[in-house]
Amino acid sequence: MGKWTRRAFITTGVLTGGALVLGVAIRPGNRAGKVAPMISDKGETVMNIWLKIAPDNTITVIVPHAEMGQGTHTTLPMMLADEMDADWKLVHMMEAPGNKEYANYALAKGFILGEKDFPSFLIDTVDGAFLTVTKQMGLQMTGGSSSVRFTGMLAMRIAGAGAKAVLLQAAADKWGVPLEELEAKNSSILHSATNRSEPFINFAQQAVTLSQPAKPKLKRPEEFTIMGTSRQRFDVPQKVDGSANFGIDVTVPNMRYATIKAAPVFGTKLKSIDDGVVANMPGVRKIVKLEDAVAVIADSYWIAKNALDQVKIVFEENGNESIDQNDIYDQYIRDMNTSLSAGKDEKDLALGDVESAFKNPGQTVEAEYRVPYLAHATLEPMNCTAHVTSDSCTLWVGCQNPLGFAMSVAELLDLEIEQVQVNNQYLGGGFGRRFVDDVALQAVRIAKEVDYPVKLIWSREEDIRHDFYREANISRFKASLDNKGKIIAWDNQFLFKHDPEEAPHIPYDVANQSIHYSVSETHVPWGYWRSVDSSMHAFFTESFIDELAHHANVDPFEFRKSQLSNAPRFLDVLEMVAEKANWNTPLPKNWGRGISLHQCFGTIVAQVVEIEMLDEKLKVHRVVCVADPGFAFHPDGFEAQMESGIIYGLTAALYGEITIKQGSVEQSNFHDYQMVRMNESPKIETHIINSGAYPGGAGEPSTPGIAPALTNAIFDATGLRIRELPIKNHSLSLKNEIIG
Amino acid sequence: MILTINGKEHEVDVDPSTPLLWVIREQCGLTGTKFGCGIGQCGACTVIMEGNAIRSCLTPLHTSIDKEITTIEGIASGTKMHALQKAWIEEQVPQCGYCQSGQLMSALALLTDNPAPNDDDIDNAMSGNICRCGTYSRIRKGIKKAAIELASTPTLKTENHG
Repeated sequence: MGKWTRRAFITTGVLTGGALVLGVAIRPGNRAGKVAPMISDKGETVMNIWLKIAPDNTITVIVPHAEMGQGTHTTLPMMLADEMDADWKLVHMMEAPGNKEYANYALAKGFILGEKDFPSFLIDTVDGAFLTVTKQMGLQMTGGSSSVRFTGMLAMRIAGAGAKAVLLQAAADKWGVPLEELEAKNSSILHSATNRSEPFINFAQQAVTLSQPAKPKLKRPEEFTIMGTSRQRFDVPQKVDGSANFGIDVTVPNMRYATIKAAPVFGTKLKSIDDGVVANMPGVRKIVKLEDAVAVIADSYWIAKNALDQVKIVFEENGNESIDQNDIYDQYIRDMNTSLSAGKDEKDLALGDVESAFKNPGQTVEAEYRVPYLAHATLEPMNCTAHVTSDSCTLWVGCQNPLGFAMSVAELLDLEIEQVQVNNQYLGGGFGRRFVDDVALQAVRIAKEVDYPVKLIWSREEDIRHDFYREANISRFKASLDNKGKIIAWDNQFLFKHDPEEAPHIPYDVANQSIHYSVSETHVPWGYWRSVDSSMHAFFTESFIDELAHHANVDPFEFRKSQLSNAPRFLDVLEMVAEKANWNTPLPKNWGRGISLHQCFGTIVAQVVEIEMLDEKLKVHRVVCVADPGFAFHPDGFEAQMESGIIYGLTAALYGEITIKQGSVEQSNFHDYQMVRMNESPKIETHIINSGAYPGGAGEPSTPGIAPALTNAIFDATGLRIRELPIKNHSLSLKNEIIG
Repeated sequence: MILTINGKEHEVDVDPSTPLLWVIREQCGLTGTKFGCGIGQCGACTVIMEGNAIRSCLTPLHTSIDKEITTIEGIASGTKMHALQKAWIEEQVPQCGYCQSGQLMSALALLTDNPAPNDDDIDNAMSGNICRCGTYSRIRKGIKKAAIELASTPTLKTENHG
């Protein structure tokens, strides 16, 4: 899959301005008939592409997203079941096949149009336009914290309510009673006047012949019975007894195992190999040379790995062998300076007149921040099982975009997409890494050489060194404070721009702002990393805001609070975190407290971190997290995602650092790419504000704010301002020793 | 060679230096035990051998022969889940779930040695197991909950594992 951003999407040419509605007039129609053979067994009634009813009155919800621990396989069925008034005990889920009919048009629509309302006669056309485009783009992705807010809101709830509407109509027709006298409850239709009650299935056959409304009446939050409750997740029981099947667990008949070594310097090609020692080793089946890698196929992973270790591999040189991390930073600085002085920076946000504002009397503050490259390090190493024949290819893999994978494989093998089958499995962590089809394409290239299925498993070393990395970046700020401590000008320059678009933006009242960026290409591959650009910008902006508070001699919470007059949701979140964290109570000696406030994928999160300095060792005691996602459809799952995002961000803040040496990644495994463990894991308290705003995401929004809250707490305790992550590279000592 | 896992014997015919992890997964077909790092850093491959939690990615097959080995597939008693598994469901501990077999095996070894662990005991026993989804606080709660259940039903303590 190519890089997908909101901008890229719009510039595909299909969805531009008015052409969106008028230029494309393909109606999606009722696609239930088309998908029925893929998703249903005999006797089941496919109500629409998102749900089917079985003879025993159980409902199966078809979820077009991958489960990687975020709970989407449970929360999305909850949204459909509630609108349908289904009995939750009778609801099952099934992951949608990697098929064009399940391209995420709802997701694309959500990204482009948000909650924009359309007259019902246009809905089919708009949906059709998006379906067409997402089919072409091969989008069936899980990411951008989007499942609930787009698929849930724009597909699941409507599918549930629409199905209920036609079931009610079918019952009214069958019983000859007025529609208004009927109600749906616990997967049955009731008519209280005649004391009749029959299960949904009794009306299903008739109901599917009726046209389901494009804009059915949806429930108000006070009518919810399933949404907003914390149902047990469907996937958990399999994850406590070892039976959950991850990609790496797939076993198919006659399968062999492979492992691979790709060129350590990104972009270089294979020159030659000497496999004399291993060619006849027992259990070794084949040594496969790829353009930029060598793989060994064997009877077991261990044999493959040992054999590969003994193959002498020479890669070509392409000039990148001389690049070290400092060269990249030097290049960044050069490119930023050149771009700025040539007036070539891209404008991200321009408000007021920054130039004049800096001429006004005031205190000018400048700072520069840096963040390193980061790997995803999903705990399940990259893997994919592939079986290639002359006219088909079957994959077994846990991925975040099965349709996109199928399209890439079809293109590689010159097959029709219908000849490629992707069997998506549980993902042992995604975090953005499993969007990329690199491993699947390797597996296909290897399996193409033999007539049996091959399971390709990467070593952890391969995983750390061949990721698609969150980029290293530099962000420079200059701001001016007036004598009352108000920010009157804000200038921010950084590199690169992906998603979410608002990542570098601040919620504070600053009339004059100039936010701008340029690009400084390197040979290090980039990828979506949990919270994407927010993972950097929250650290940059919320650290700098803290510096400004210090310069204004105002408490960091009060400083933020006083400049949020145009952002009432942010203000509520901030005030609640201060209250829950007892912001104004004194801390013990050598403790510190820090705060942050950031919006990411539609959810606003504030965090307060409490730390203690123990003989120059940092102890993170407690994180108080307040989040406003608009509405938390599964409160416990939402809390779990806040906890998860915080630990992920904490690992990055404390330890996360991928460095480049001689063109390749220096780190290789968990001993030098360190993770937060149980003994370093703080107490996390989450509080949710259901403000009623359009729903925001859950999987990513808590990751960005932990780093600045933590470094702000370190400043509070020690007086040391950390402007470059990770924290492990700084020697921390207590306030009195530093400031004197 | 005969390998005994969860009370069942498996005839295996591989190089005796092969790490136990790969034998369990590929020869015995028990895929609940996971590969995470291959160097004993992450704990995803944890199994119980003779009552101790060990890293099967670093344990050669030849040292595992004639030993009693328990994997995640062997901690329930028939259809009756172990108290830890029940607690894991009640606390909704797993997210992606990939590390959880290893977490449960380390927790089982901890409770076998120390039926009432405090926070420091849990830190000591569990810090060899990485959870990339950050479920640590729920793991901690799960262990405490299971400890309470095991204490109130003493028979469970001995019947479930090796």
